[in-house]
Amino acid sequence: MSVLLAITAGVLFAAGLYMMLRRSLVKILVGLLLLSYAVNLLLFSSGTLTPGLPPILPSDGGLGLAASYADPVPQALILTAIVISFGLTAFAVVLLRQTYQTIGVDDLDELRNTDGLSEPDHSLDLDEEIIERCEEEECP
Amino acid sequence: MIYLPILLPLVFALISLLLWKSARLQKWVAVGGTLVMVGVNIGLLVAVTREEVLTSQVGSWQAPFGISLVVDHLSAILLLAGSVAALASAVYSLAGIDDTRVRWGYFPLFHFLMMGVNGAFSTGDLFNLYVWFEVMLMTSFVMMVLGGERRQLEGGLKYVILNLLSSMLFLSAIGLTYHYTGALNLADLALKIQTIRPEGTILMIGVLFLAGFGIKAALFPFFFWLPASYHTPPVTITALFSGLLTKVGFYAMLRIFSLLLSEQWGYVQPVLLILAGLTMVTGVLGAAAQTDFRRLLSFHIISQIGYLLMGLALFTMESVAASIYFTVHVIFAKMALFFVAGMVQARLGSFDLRRLGGLYRSQPILGMFFLLPAMALAGLPPLSGFFAKLYLIIASLEIHRYLMVGIALAVSFLTLFSMTKIWNEVFWKPNPRSNPEQIGMVNHTSPLPASMWIPVIGLGILVILLGIFAGPCFELASQASAGIIDPQVYINSVLGGVR
Repeated sequence: MSVLLAITAGVLFAAGLYMMLRRSLVKILVGLLLLSYAVNLLLFSSGTLTPGLPPILPSDGGLGLAASYADPVPQALILTAIVISFGLTAFAVVLLRQTYQTIGVDDLDELRNTDGLSEPDHSLDLDEEIIERCEEEECP
Repeated sequence: MIYLPILLPLVFALISLLLWKSARLQKWVAVGGTLVMVGVNIGLLVAVTREEVLTSQVGSWQAPFGISLVVDHLSAILLLAGSVAALASAVYSLAGIDDTRVRWGYFPLFHFLMMGVNGAFSTGDLFNLYVWFEVMLMTSFVMMVLGGERRQLEGGLKYVILNLLSSMLFLSAIGLTYHYTGALNLADLALKIQTIRPEGTILMIGVLFLAGFGIKAALFPFFFWLPASYHTPPVTITALFSGLLTKVGFYAMLRIFSLLLSEQWGYVQPVLLILAGLTMVTGVLGAAAQTDFRRLLSFHIISQIGYLLMGLALFTMESVAASIYFTVHVIFAKMALFFVAGMVQARLGSFDLRRLGGLYRSQPILGMFFLLPAMALAGLPPLSGFFAKLYLIIASLEIHRYLMVGIALAVSFLTLFSMTKIWNEVFWKPNPRSNPEQIGMVNHTSPLPASMWIPVIGLGILVILLGIFAGPCFELASQASAGIIDPQVYINSVLGGVR
């Protein structure tokens, strides 16, 4: 069972990373989702799977701690992680949609305006135009 | 007492939400709230100097089973520095944030961000640290794109994607740590991690932690999101991020690595040193090529992180203390520089160095308060940066790391170069526009608002004070560093009677 989970988590990690390396925004989002599933699976298997055992207390109703038991902590962790990744994903979806609506492209290669040495500054052109016009017309 | 740094911002955030309609009241809640926070954190620091480590078990669950809150010297120092940064930012945002952003909830987000930052500084639990990171990240995502300008969305997108990736790496590392040790409490982990066999497994987990925190702290191969996004939101938000977010990433590295990897430092040290050197060099070289005021400063954030990491990598009493002192210094200096950039923009209407100029003639005092943090960042005496670098270099000379000393000195020379470049371009050279008033871009008549001057002057004075009182401050940092190098006191006070 843990081998199966390990393989599944590995495939999910690989697929998620592959999707994140694509250029399309939606594919990146899918990549993020796959990655968060992979991490959740990893957390799930981190408690060492013990099928058929109750958590902490022995199954015969006796007092004291059981010798071997199912670890409930990873499930608490996953629950938290799922809620957090749900919120983050919801935000990411809205952000991607807003970006697409405002900029009009969903290709990461074209989203480079904030990376360059200096951004194309359109107000600069306007400025120079005004300066030139002022000089020509000798405005006050 | 120990809950207050987390609870107070939550209360202020809720009050701000209730005052949603009134921007004016929200502003005063922010200023008053951060002022209270500074007071509380001074109290915490005083308490920590008396009792070494303050702990509290949330919900009275015994230490290794529940979540512990722990405030030691390191946490208390950073909590105080963080709340001073928040106060400066709150005062600056009285005039530095436009009404549209306030109407869309800038101030509640601001308080939630502080809750996340304070939580990360004061938690003693690995998974809880992840949760605070997410609180902090989520609010920073929203603050980054608040206003929805085209460039903000574009920068925010890169910021969000890379930081989500780093959270997932961090979470995977937590999962693996739990699998091998069955512990999440940091003090408990520090005891159990050395039982992991084979030993290489710890290093593998360490690599995941390094990549996760490295992205958040903007280390060398992971920093590309920072200069792509930090210059897009209004300068108040950039200043707050530059002061707090990368430093929280560095704090997490300091805490986790010293507790989990101290036995493996032989393997860890070369990696960290190489990363530190490359971070310093690429950051400062990247800055040299920039012509945008804020992008230039963003690259300097990266280069300064290299110094912090160098202190951690050397891992001696003195070097870690220097690194902690450096963190506080760089929070103040960097924020002051960003604030000055905002004031220059308010005066001349641009962040583009090529289009600025001649400001010294009309604003000599602003020039002086630019020069103060700029020279502190470059490391000129008697300002704080000089002593931060001095302690760091002495510490690395003591253990014969001469190459790192060379790199650190060369990088601080290049920092001086790019600070003088800003000085020349913004204040000294004549304004390239022949007659700026005519274009209507420049506003010489109304003075800059006091709410912009106060944080800049205050941070400038703090930079001087940190320099003048370097001795006592370094003494405090040394106590913090002693707790990092030898975490026995930390472990004992968290686990208390359990063991």
